[in-house]
Amino acid sequence: MNRLAQTALLFLLGATLLHAGLTDLYLRYVKAGLRPLVLLAGVVLIMTAAATLWYERRHAPARQHHHHEPRISWLLALPVLALILVAPPALGSYSAAHTGTALTKPFGFPDLPAGEPLRLGVADYAGRAVYDDGRSLRDRELKITGFVTLDRSGAPYLVRMGLNCCAADAQPVKIALTGNVPPVLSPDTWLEITGRYTPRRTKDPVNDGPIPYLDVTRARPVPAPADPYDETWNN
Amino acid sequence: MPVRTTGGTGPVATTRPAPQETDETAGNETARPVADKGTSPDDARHLNSPLLLTLLLLTAVMLQDPIRGALSAPVMQSWMTVFVAVMVQALPFLVLGVLLSAAIAVFVPPSFFARALPKRPALAVPVASVAGVVLPGCECASVPVAGALVRRGVTPAAALAFLLSAPAINPIVLTATAVAFPGNPEMVLARFVASLLVACVMGWLWHRLGRTDWLRPPDRPSYEGRGRGAAFWGSVRHDVMHAGGFLVVGAMAAATLKAVVPEEWLRVAAGHPVLSVLALAVLAVLLSICSEADAFVAASLTQFSLTARLTFLVVGPMIDLKLFAMQAGTFGRAFALRFAPATFALAVVVSALTGMVLL
Repeated sequence: MNRLAQTALLFLLGATLLHAGLTDLYLRYVKAGLRPLVLLAGVVLIMTAAATLWYERRHAPARQHHHHEPRISWLLALPVLALILVAPPALGSYSAAHTGTALTKPFGFPDLPAGEPLRLGVADYAGRAVYDDGRSLRDRELKITGFVTLDRSGAPYLVRMGLNCCAADAQPVKIALTGNVPPVLSPDTWLEITGRYTPRRTKDPVNDGPIPYLDVTRARPVPAPADPYDETWNN
Repeated sequence: MPVRTTGGTGPVATTRPAPQETDETAGNETARPVADKGTSPDDARHLNSPLLLTLLLLTAVMLQDPIRGALSAPVMQSWMTVFVAVMVQALPFLVLGVLLSAAIAVFVPPSFFARALPKRPALAVPVASVAGVVLPGCECASVPVAGALVRRGVTPAAALAFLLSAPAINPIVLTATAVAFPGNPEMVLARFVASLLVACVMGWLWHRLGRTDWLRPPDRPSYEGRGRGAAFWGSVRHDVMHAGGFLVVGAMAAATLKAVVPEEWLRVAAGHPVLSVLALAVLAVLLSICSEADAFVAASLTQFSLTARLTFLVVGPMIDLKLFAMQAGTFGRAFALRFAPATFALAVVVSALTGMVLL
């Protein structure tokens, strides 16, 4: 690959990172806190492309070496194409079904605000239900948002993927659904579920992790949130 | 002007594949097209790479619907997401490491390292390992920096110890470990001690057994006689193109394993004390998770013993698929093929022993 192609590829890579960082696209792949670094990397790559072009023009007569980078550099076109053409969606029901629930014991159980219905995150509900025996959840109307995953037997779960760094380490927290569950549920649909705590529990078939049930009274389809991952848990 | 190199570089370096099109960027050098046609018979075989890149991009845009269709299966989508995620996450750290490595190569004189590190390699190794504390990043940043250190005359044993210790013992990673294991603060100490030990022992091993001819960094352009700006940006460009290409290989491998290997397999291994340590060591290599995030993944592998999870945390930042690819690209394949298995074996043994003592 000669210098001109390298310049073009560096510029494209930088522009792709800037594009991902300036829109919400990057939130499908990495945590929100990485945004400044993604933007910075995009700027540096574009500056590198510009500098390569600049010095190439200035120093052309004095140049002795024509250093061709190895063929492996061509692979850098793949992430550019993947992000621009395909822009794969955030991890959804497929990975959730193949990964065990990552529920861990919370540090503590702060008091929940008064008022009905009570909005809760998937991990917050699961943590309180499993490790606090639902003490703070009883007799309250709850509203929880997540996407639908079906296991092999077709049982529905409400899931939110948690993220620590990037989607490669994303892990689901699952809540099993019972009660007034909609008859037809397609995986990856985002639902806002209104329901009540129930002491019933099950085990994740993948890793034997604990999964609490939620007694559904109403389920409303909602658009996917801007940040599809839950970044509040264990961070 | 003929473009033949003065040194003993291979024939690839002498070709100039784009006589007409690059004329504009090549400046006022009007004689080149003629000279090229005369001196470079390889030109016909060398496809013009800017043209090839343009064709590649246009074809991809043209075929985007069939491509999207082929990628719509859930397993392919999951693969793509993880692949893109690893790239988007690792590229900023790679760029930081590359900037730092270019700064070392251009602005820090070799005499600085001669003064900063003890003369005797046996002493320089532990000093360099502890110096890993100051590079706050993940493993993608440490590979180009270690490469720059070697080229700046730092003894390879010390640079390699730095390469191994930096991603594992810097404050960001240790803090993340403490947060991920709130009930087991001894995990942080165990990770620090085991990683430092492996880095030192690998450095000493290299000093005793390593041979310089294994360490063959790829040919680099020379920046002699150029300004500092040209040298700096030239180094950044070179490192991004090199390490970036290998990063893509590693990201593809990691995405494949993440999408294909079912987690149920791990349950079988978790019950057995020896098998569980080995299973998580292999998993750390295959998953290639950033060292700043691996503690959280380890914390969620609750069916495994703390020692097995410590192995995961020690092995991961030192050797994984993307690191192996990047090491092969920076230091040469002969090096990576020897260094990686030795590091793996040593990291497993040391973390098992540390786990027995501390956990």
